[in-house]
Amino acid sequence: MTSFVKPIIRRKNEPTNDLGLVRSDYDGAMSTLCAGCGHDSVTASMARAFFDLSIEPHRAVKVSGIGCSSKTTAYFLREAHGNNTVHGRMPSVATGAAAANSQLTYIGVSGDGDSLSIGLGQFVHAMRRNVNMLYVLENNGVYGLTKGQFSASADVGSTAKKGLPNEMPPIDPVSLALSVGATFVARGFSGDREQLVPLIKAGLKHKGFGLIDVISPCVSFNDHKGSTKSYAHTYKYFHKAVHADFVPPSEAIKVCYDAGEIMPVELHDGGIIRLRKLEKGFDPRNLAAATSRLAEARSNNEILTGLLHIDETQADMHAMNRMEDRPLNEIPYAELNPGSTKLAELQKGFR
Amino acid sequence: MSNPKVNDFVIKLANVNGTGSASANGLLMKAIFRMGVPVVGKNVFPSNIQGLPTWYEIRVTEKGYRGRSGDVHIMVAMNAETYEKDLNDLSPGGILIYDNTWPRPHFLNRKDITVIGVPLAKMCNDAFSVARSRILMKNMAYVGVVAALLDLDLEVIHGLVREMFATKPKLVDLNLQAIALGFDFVTENFDYPLDFHVKAKDLTKGKVMIDGNTAAGLGCVYGGATFGAWYPITPSTSLMDGFAKYCAQLRVNPDTGKHKYCIIQAEDELAAAGMVIGASWNGARSFTPTSGPGISLMSEFIGFAYYAEIPMVLFDVQRVGPSTGMPTRTQQCDIQLCAYASHGDTKHILLFPSDPAECFTMAVNALDLAERFQTPVFVLSDIDIGMNDWMVDELTWDDNYQPDRGKVLSSEQLEDVEKFHRYLDVDGDHIAARTIPGTNPKGAYFTRGSGHNKFGGYTEDGQEYKEVVDRLALKWASAADKLPAPVVVKAKTKSSYGIISLGSCDGAVIEARDRLEAEGLHLNYLRVRGFPFCDKVEEFIAAHDQVYVVEQNRDAQLMGLLLAHTKTPREKLVPILHYSGEPLDYRFVFDAIQAASSLRKTA
Repeated sequence: MTSFVKPIIRRKNEPTNDLGLVRSDYDGAMSTLCAGCGHDSVTASMARAFFDLSIEPHRAVKVSGIGCSSKTTAYFLREAHGNNTVHGRMPSVATGAAAANSQLTYIGVSGDGDSLSIGLGQFVHAMRRNVNMLYVLENNGVYGLTKGQFSASADVGSTAKKGLPNEMPPIDPVSLALSVGATFVARGFSGDREQLVPLIKAGLKHKGFGLIDVISPCVSFNDHKGSTKSYAHTYKYFHKAVHADFVPPSEAIKVCYDAGEIMPVELHDGGIIRLRKLEKGFDPRNLAAATSRLAEARSNNEILTGLLHIDETQADMHAMNRMEDRPLNEIPYAELNPGSTKLAELQKGFR
Repeated sequence: MSNPKVNDFVIKLANVNGTGSASANGLLMKAIFRMGVPVVGKNVFPSNIQGLPTWYEIRVTEKGYRGRSGDVHIMVAMNAETYEKDLNDLSPGGILIYDNTWPRPHFLNRKDITVIGVPLAKMCNDAFSVARSRILMKNMAYVGVVAALLDLDLEVIHGLVREMFATKPKLVDLNLQAIALGFDFVTENFDYPLDFHVKAKDLTKGKVMIDGNTAAGLGCVYGGATFGAWYPITPSTSLMDGFAKYCAQLRVNPDTGKHKYCIIQAEDELAAAGMVIGASWNGARSFTPTSGPGISLMSEFIGFAYYAEIPMVLFDVQRVGPSTGMPTRTQQCDIQLCAYASHGDTKHILLFPSDPAECFTMAVNALDLAERFQTPVFVLSDIDIGMNDWMVDELTWDDNYQPDRGKVLSSEQLEDVEKFHRYLDVDGDHIAARTIPGTNPKGAYFTRGSGHNKFGGYTEDGQEYKEVVDRLALKWASAADKLPAPVVVKAKTKSSYGIISLGSCDGAVIEARDRLEAEGLHLNYLRVRGFPFCDKVEEFIAAHDQVYVVEQNRDAQLMGLLLAHTKTPREKLVPILHYSGEPLDYRFVFDAIQAASSLRKTA
C-alpha cells in the first residue's frame, strides 16, 4: 500500500470552532513529503485557516496540479472534494469548477514549477478572469520530484545542490500577479505561520483571485549554502511590509483603529481585513505603490512579505459573466429547457 | 421527368472573399428553397479575410438528394483570377455568366458552352456613387441576372431582401435597385429563362435550412448545458456563437438580467478542456467545440477525464489536417485521433452526425452519454455539416425528455451508504456512482489522474491498477448498445455487396447507391452513428462478401476501427477514400464502387 491513513485522535478539552469542529477535523491523509519540507507547514496553516474561519470542510474544494506541492491537497480537509489535475493546468479546472458553483470555497495549491513554467499561461489568465479562489503557490525554486532541476523562480546566482549557478532571471509570481491585475497579492514564508495563517484567511475571504506566494524551502534539493530559497537565506532577507488580520463580520463592528498605522479593507461579506503597516509610506491598496516598493525590495535583495496588494472593487468572474448567485449545477432542467413550442418558433427564421 | 434541366442542375458562383458575396449566394439558395424546391448548398471558402478565391455551389434537386453531384451547369464567374479553372469546371452544355465590363474573348474557345456577358461593374458604377456600394451591389446585380435566367420568383427574392435588411431599411431600396439592374439587363438582351430553371413546387414543406454548428449549439441549450468553454478555431467557432445566441435569448432572467449559463473564451484549447472538466466534475453540464488541432492540444486532459471518470462533451468540427492543413476545407480525418485520444490505454465514445438535424439530437445524446458513462464523448461533425446550410426536416423536441445525469448520489443517498467509494462497481454494470462537491461530507473523495484503486485511494499496486482499467474497458464496451443505432438501407434484391459509411458522406452514398442500383449493382448500406460499434455492424459485414467503406480521409480511419474492433477479415473491406477537402459528390462514390466491383468480377 502506498497511501497512508492518518489516525484520528481526539484530545480532551480541545478548542472547537463555531461549527463545533476541532482543528484535527480539518486534517487529511498523512503527508508523504520529506521530513522538514516547508510544504507540510503550509498545509498545517491552510487547515488552521479553514478551522479558524469555521468553513464546513465539505463546502470547500481543493484543486492542484502536479508536483510535491500539488500532492498536499490530499493532506488537509479530508471531507472536501479534491482534484489533483494535470501538470500546470489546475487554474482551468478551478475556473470551470468555480463557474459551476459559486457558493463553495475554492483553494488551489501549486508550486513554482507547476505555475511558472508549464502552467504560466493558465496561471495568469485565471488572475485576469479574477476567478473567486485562493491560489497558494508553494515556491522553492526547484523541481523536487525529478530531483533538483532549477525552476523558473530560481534567482540569478542561486546554486544547485551540485554547485552550478542559475544564470536566467527569475519569474516573480508576485510582480507578475500585479502586472496582470490580480486583486489580492501576498507573499509569506512557510517558516512564519503567525504571518501566513492570517494571510490565508484573508485570501479565502477575498472575493476574486487571491495569490499567496509562499517561500517554502525544499529540504532535499534546495536548502544548501548558495541557494536563495533555503531556510537560512529566507530568514536572513525576510522583510515584513504589512501584516494582515482577518476580522469576521460578527466582530467587525467592535474593531477600532489607530489612525495612520492600521488600514481596514472591507470585504464583500462584511468582514474586514485589518492591515497593519510595518513600514511607513506603504499602502497595499495602491497598486503603483506596491509595484514600486516591490521593485525596490528586489534591488535590495529583500524578500518583501505580507499582503502587498488588495483591491476589493473589481468584479470577479461571476460578476463579469453576469451570473446568478444560484449555482449553475442547482438550476432545475425545467428552467433550462425552452420546450417544443419555442423550438418551432425559433425555426421560423430558418425558412 | 420530362425535362432533366428543370429543378435538376447545379449553379456555382465563383467570388472573391470579403466582397459580400456570401449573403447574395445564400439569398439565391433560400429563394429556391422558398419556391418549394429542395437545394444543397456548399460553400468552399479560403482561410482568409479578404482577397482569396471562394466558391458557392447550389444544387437544385427536385429528388431531394443531399450530396453534391460533381457537375456544374451554370457558372457565375465573378473572380478574374480563377476564370481558367472556373471555365474548365463547367460541364459540357453549361452556361458561363461573367462580368463583361472587361470582355474575355478567349472564353469563346470552349465551343460546348454558352457564354453570357453582363456588364455588372459598369452598371453598378453608373448607378451607385459610393465605392463600397459599387462592390457590394455587384453581388445583388448578379442575383438579378440569375433570377431572370432561372425564372426565380422576384416576390420571394424581394421578401428575402426585406428580411435581410430589416434593421437597416435604407439598404432595402438600394439592394432592390441592384437586383433590378441585373434582372432588366437579361430581360432586355437575352432569351430567358434558360433550359436550366426553377419551377415552383411544394417539396420543402416541414423543412428548414440550418447549419450543423448552429443546430449543435441549439442542441446544447435543449440538452441543458449550462457551461461552455472554447478557444476560437475554424470551423467550430459558429457552434459557440449559436449557443451564446440562444442562451442570450432563452437563458437570461428578464427581471435581473442575470444569466443561467456561463461561457468562457479560454486562453487555449488546453484550458478550454480543463474548464469543461472542472464544471462537469462540479455537476454542470458542459461542452467545448473545437477542431482537430484543438483535440491534439486537449489530449492530455481527455486522458485525465477518461481515467478519473469525469463527463466531458467535445464537438470536433473536422477540417483538413495534418497540422494547420487546409483549415477551411472538409475531411473526416480525426476519427482515430478521437477514438484513442491521449496517452496510455484510452478509448472513447464517438458519435457521427450526418447532417445538422443529427447535430442537434446528438448534442443532447452526447450530454446524456457523457454523464451516464462518466467519460469524454466526442461528436464528430465536419466543415461540410457544420458550416453549410442544409435542408433538413424541422427539428422537433420531446417535452417529456429528462436529462440522464447518470449515477450521482444525493446528500440523502449518501446518508444511507456506510462508506462511499468513488470507483467501486456496486451495481455490476461497470459504472460507479459519483458525488458532486459540496453535497455531503460523506461524499468527499480525491480525484486523481495518478494510479488509483477501486476505492479511490492512491495506488502503485499492479493488481489494484488493473482492476480499475479493466472495468473502464468494460464500461466503454457497454456503451455500444446505448449509442444511436446504425441506419441500414436494404437493396431491392438480395446482395452480397455492402457499403459502410458515416457522417457527411451519407448524401453522396445514398445517391451513388441509387444510381448503381439503376445500373444493376445492388448494395446494402449501413451508416454507423457511434463508436464503440454495436453487434449490428459486425453482423452487417459478416452478411456480405464485399463491403465498400466510404470515408473522407487518406488512411481509411473508419476501416481501421472496423478491422480493430470486429472480427472482419481484411480482404472483405474495400476502402473508398475521398480527401481533397471538397465535400463528397456522388459521382466519386459511384465511379469508385463501379470500378472496384468490375475489377472484382474480372479478377
